[in-house]
Amino acid sequence: MGRCYGDSALSEHIVDTRSLHHFLDFDSNSGLLTVESGVTFDEILQVFVPRGWFLPVTPGTRFVTAGGALASDVHGKNHHKEGSFSDHVLWFDLYTASGQKLRCSRSENAELFQLSLGGMGLTGIILALAFYLKPIETAFIRQHTVRCENLDDTMAGLESYGHWTNSVAWLDCMAGGKAFGRSILMLGESAKLQELSARQASNPLKIHSTKGIPFPFDMPSYTLNRFTVQAFNQVYFHKHPKGGQDSVVHYEPFYYPLDKVLDWNRIYGKRGFTQYQLVIPHQDARKGLQEVLELLAKRRMSSFLTVLKIFGDQPENYLRFPKSGFTLTLDFGISASLWPFLNELDRVVEQYGGRLYLTKDVRMSADFFRRTYPQAQDFMDKLKELDPKGTFRSLQSERLAIHR
Amino acid sequence: MKKNILIVGASSDVAQALARLRAENSHNLWLTGRSQEALQPLLADVKIRYGVEALGFVYDAETSRPESLLAALPGLPDEVYVAMGYLGNPVCIENPMESTRIMTVNFSAAVLLMNAMVQALIKEKKPAILVGISSVAGDRGRKSNFIYGAAKAGFSTYLDGLRNFGYAHGIHVVTVKPGFIRSKMTAGLPLPAPLTASPQQVAKAMVKAVRKRKGTVYVLPIWEIIMLVIRNIPDFIFKKMNL
Repeated sequence: MGRCYGDSALSEHIVDTRSLHHFLDFDSNSGLLTVESGVTFDEILQVFVPRGWFLPVTPGTRFVTAGGALASDVHGKNHHKEGSFSDHVLWFDLYTASGQKLRCSRSENAELFQLSLGGMGLTGIILALAFYLKPIETAFIRQHTVRCENLDDTMAGLESYGHWTNSVAWLDCMAGGKAFGRSILMLGESAKLQELSARQASNPLKIHSTKGIPFPFDMPSYTLNRFTVQAFNQVYFHKHPKGGQDSVVHYEPFYYPLDKVLDWNRIYGKRGFTQYQLVIPHQDARKGLQEVLELLAKRRMSSFLTVLKIFGDQPENYLRFPKSGFTLTLDFGISASLWPFLNELDRVVEQYGGRLYLTKDVRMSADFFRRTYPQAQDFMDKLKELDPKGTFRSLQSERLAIHR
Repeated sequence: MKKNILIVGASSDVAQALARLRAENSHNLWLTGRSQEALQPLLADVKIRYGVEALGFVYDAETSRPESLLAALPGLPDEVYVAMGYLGNPVCIENPMESTRIMTVNFSAAVLLMNAMVQALIKEKKPAILVGISSVAGDRGRKSNFIYGAAKAGFSTYLDGLRNFGYAHGIHVVTVKPGFIRSKMTAGLPLPAPLTASPQQVAKAMVKAVRKRKGTVYVLPIWEIIMLVIRNIPDFIFKKMNL
């Protein structure tokens, strides 16, 4: 769909998979859905929510294709319980550089299967894939929000509420002193029929609204600055009561709050924005996150949307990003001072054994990539065998010197 | 009421958009394509998305006989969309095979198929709506693609006549002239955005034309004006132009 934040999907020549838009099979006993790779999560929800099925894993937008979700190994608020998207994929068909169409699964072409999960599309073109949907009783989410007063509180909250299927913390990265690292922790569980209000229960499997409100113009680039972000955070934080709050909300505001506003990125102005998503393993997460947030304050950088969440166990697997620990996502408007600052952040991330998500990345160096992804070299060697000429490449794969 | 919708040439992007649009209203679909394999994803898709009944029939404009297709259908359709088309090499005067192919797919095969269909409908006294996708290229021959243009001109004229002929039998005929479409057929061509319709737009325009029982429709109104101008350029100027 061209929604990738960085340069992973950019190249001199681009293969557009939106012509691969067919649903191919659905088994209503197991929930196994087979689609061509250009089918979007948005379409899948439209078709299957009314029948009582939901995506096994979803990122914060439904405007992604199923093939892209596999190549980016997308994760959601349920990673600590249910893994990333790839974990729910049974098989896919791959068109390789040698012109073959290969069925790949954990038992058939198993190496190619593993290489392609989060493989950023470099192993070939994903033509079709089969993955399991999960049954839902309603399209609503039983939501619980908790106010966490500082970083310790936030991290302990994410750990102690780990039995909830969905959890994520919206972090106020501008707060200092005693409130440093304060957050609103949002937890969610698919709602049962009897938990709905009478009005909700009248249409328990309601789909999201398919009409978006277009963001009309580019805001000036200075719209989001330290002061406006601080003011917003202050209001947003105190909107949530201290003692916690329970509600039942539709999946749309829970999973896709930004999809409602089309082209919301225009709030960052013409210069645009970038996301910086890092993961730091548990043992050093407390120290690492503190340093990252302190560096933010020290360099007077502001991140408009800052999100912290916990990753569950995931074995190291080529270019897949998630690993057990805490993952922090920061949004930055583009400015000249941003790039040196992100290099500084890189050093902190690496020091504590962390790494960055390739799907969001637009600027990490080839060396940093190789040092933080222990199986990068292995991936590159195997890719070389598979595609000696480097047929499938992106601006990112060239920047990261993956084809060398 | 559930209708039976026959779409000939269902693999095209416009036909697929149309199939989904008609399936959304729970109508049954009968789709034709050059092979069962090509039809498989289309049939699965509409069945899964909309829970409709969808059947596939192999029909190749160049080799199949219309009678065989009609015999294979489970009955007579309520709506027929003839969506097959072949753009081909735009300048192919030195290539008789290519010229023949363009004329067959866009004109003669379509005519023979619709002739057979109309005869069957009249015999059963069944009212129906037939839609042919023609082209603005048929409104005046231009050096850049006049074999295709001539085939579409012939098809447009045929549809005019068929509309006139079918009237007494309760058979209505719609001619659709889409202009540029963003599709497989035009992939890689630089198309001017304001003059280019999406397959979904064309499909919507067709369904609307059927509902309102229109005769000839241009999908984008601007094309009607453009073609009016082009048709009225005097020959002594037109022959020197690069269009």
